[in-house]
Amino acid sequence: MLELDAITAGYEPRTPVFRGASLSVAPGEAVGLLGPSGCGKSTLARVAALLHRPDAGRVVVDGEEVRGWRHRAPRHLRTAIGVVFQQPRMSADPRLRLRDLIAEPLRATGRRDEATDRVAELARTVGLTDDLLGRRPHEVSDGQLQRACLARALVLRPRWLVCDEMTAMLDASTTAALVAAVETYRDDHGAGLLAVGHDRVLLERWCDRTAQWADCVEQQPGA
Amino acid sequence: MADVVWRSHGRARRSTRTVRVSVSAAIVTAVVLAVLVVPPLVQLDQQAVDLSLKLRPPSPAHPFGTDDVGRDLLLRCVYGLRVSLLVGLVAALVATVIGTAVGAAAAAFGGWTDRLVMRLVDTFSSVPHLLLGIFIVAMFRPGVWPVIVSVALTHWLSTARIVRSEVLSLRSRPYIDAAISGGASRWRVTVRHLVPAVVPQAGLAAVLMVPHAMWHESALSFLGLGLPAHQASLGNLVQTARGSLLAGDWWPTLFPGLFLIIPTLAIAGLAGAWRERISPRRRSELML
Repeated sequence: MLELDAITAGYEPRTPVFRGASLSVAPGEAVGLLGPSGCGKSTLARVAALLHRPDAGRVVVDGEEVRGWRHRAPRHLRTAIGVVFQQPRMSADPRLRLRDLIAEPLRATGRRDEATDRVAELARTVGLTDDLLGRRPHEVSDGQLQRACLARALVLRPRWLVCDEMTAMLDASTTAALVAAVETYRDDHGAGLLAVGHDRVLLERWCDRTAQWADCVEQQPGA
Repeated sequence: MADVVWRSHGRARRSTRTVRVSVSAAIVTAVVLAVLVVPPLVQLDQQAVDLSLKLRPPSPAHPFGTDDVGRDLLLRCVYGLRVSLLVGLVAALVATVIGTAVGAAAAAFGGWTDRLVMRLVDTFSSVPHLLLGIFIVAMFRPGVWPVIVSVALTHWLSTARIVRSEVLSLRSRPYIDAAISGGASRWRVTVRHLVPAVVPQAGLAAVLMVPHAMWHESALSFLGLGLPAHQASLGNLVQTARGSLLAGDWWPTLFPGLFLIIPTLAIAGLAGAWRERISPRRRSELML
């Protein structure tokens, strides 16, 4: 289980973005989280990916309660959760070729020798050609870059995926391709998915169940 | 109409810039060639004293004239430029490496480390750096290395600030989040993503620092604290020429002075063009 229990989080200690948000994802389950712009759903996604320390509440990953965030989170927990962000441009180091971008998590965790095979395999899954793999982020389109970002999120075979508005910047055909790639991966590995977004039609077709932001939080300041 | 005016203005500015860059590049090339090629090719002893030739004005045999002990000033100037350039380059390089390491570490660790390091930087910055440089150089015997150490130790501060603010703004980018999520350690994030991103800025700071460091070498030598008096350096040449200037002999001061001013302006001109390329909004300014 990926459990978020009564999370209060924000960027100013006294004025959190939201209070008491709870949500859980069962293994292999796909959960969509629907909410309006600015409600804090991306912040909750960052908490779920262990990238933002909440002011209060618990995160439990596969029965293990999370004690540290960002670098302080143990590596096996961090890498158990793959994350894809909304803006591919901002999520890609502009100096790395797509091939290196995808392989970077393997190198960072000392599994360099798997890189070549794994990158080739994932390139097929997300639909990137060999030519594209040799390019840098500024030489590809947003959609192609987002494919590479998804491949990077999958490269360590995470048990959980957090997709924060993954397809908000993309056209319909790329959206379909990326969703299909996520589903292929989930079928093969039985990974759980938390898809955050505002597109009701997409999330309802993609996910096993969708949760409304308003039903997940206790209290939204200013709401 | 307005569009046409704007374009012609832009073109005029661009062409002045091109001229400035080409002239600077030509001077820098000439200087580098001179200091590299002349000493091995011209088998003349720059230390050769000939008192019968002392303080001769410029002539075909000695284009820059001779100094107060009859040494050829053109040769002395080239050797002096060689030493000054070497000191400038090495000091700028060392200062940039220190500054980048300190700035990146402060920003990457954050919290108390950052606060402590930056207060230390503020403290050092509050002391006039020439004074601090004199203090450092006075602890050693005159020589090239004390000058390099003194200039390097007093000039990493601004680079540390630049690098720190750059790293701080990069640290919150989603691609750093993605790296952390991919299991990268703090060290890995710093050397793989943060430091490569600040290299252009740090490199620019280093090049801008070369002329500055050359002037410091000259200042220290002029004050008699830098290089030993017999060693030709631009500062030493100007220092020894001081006495003869009062007697009306202008050449021992003028030529080393020009050798200091022209190459440093050329390097600063090139660095300015580089800065306009990487951050076009900032107008070029001379940082000496």
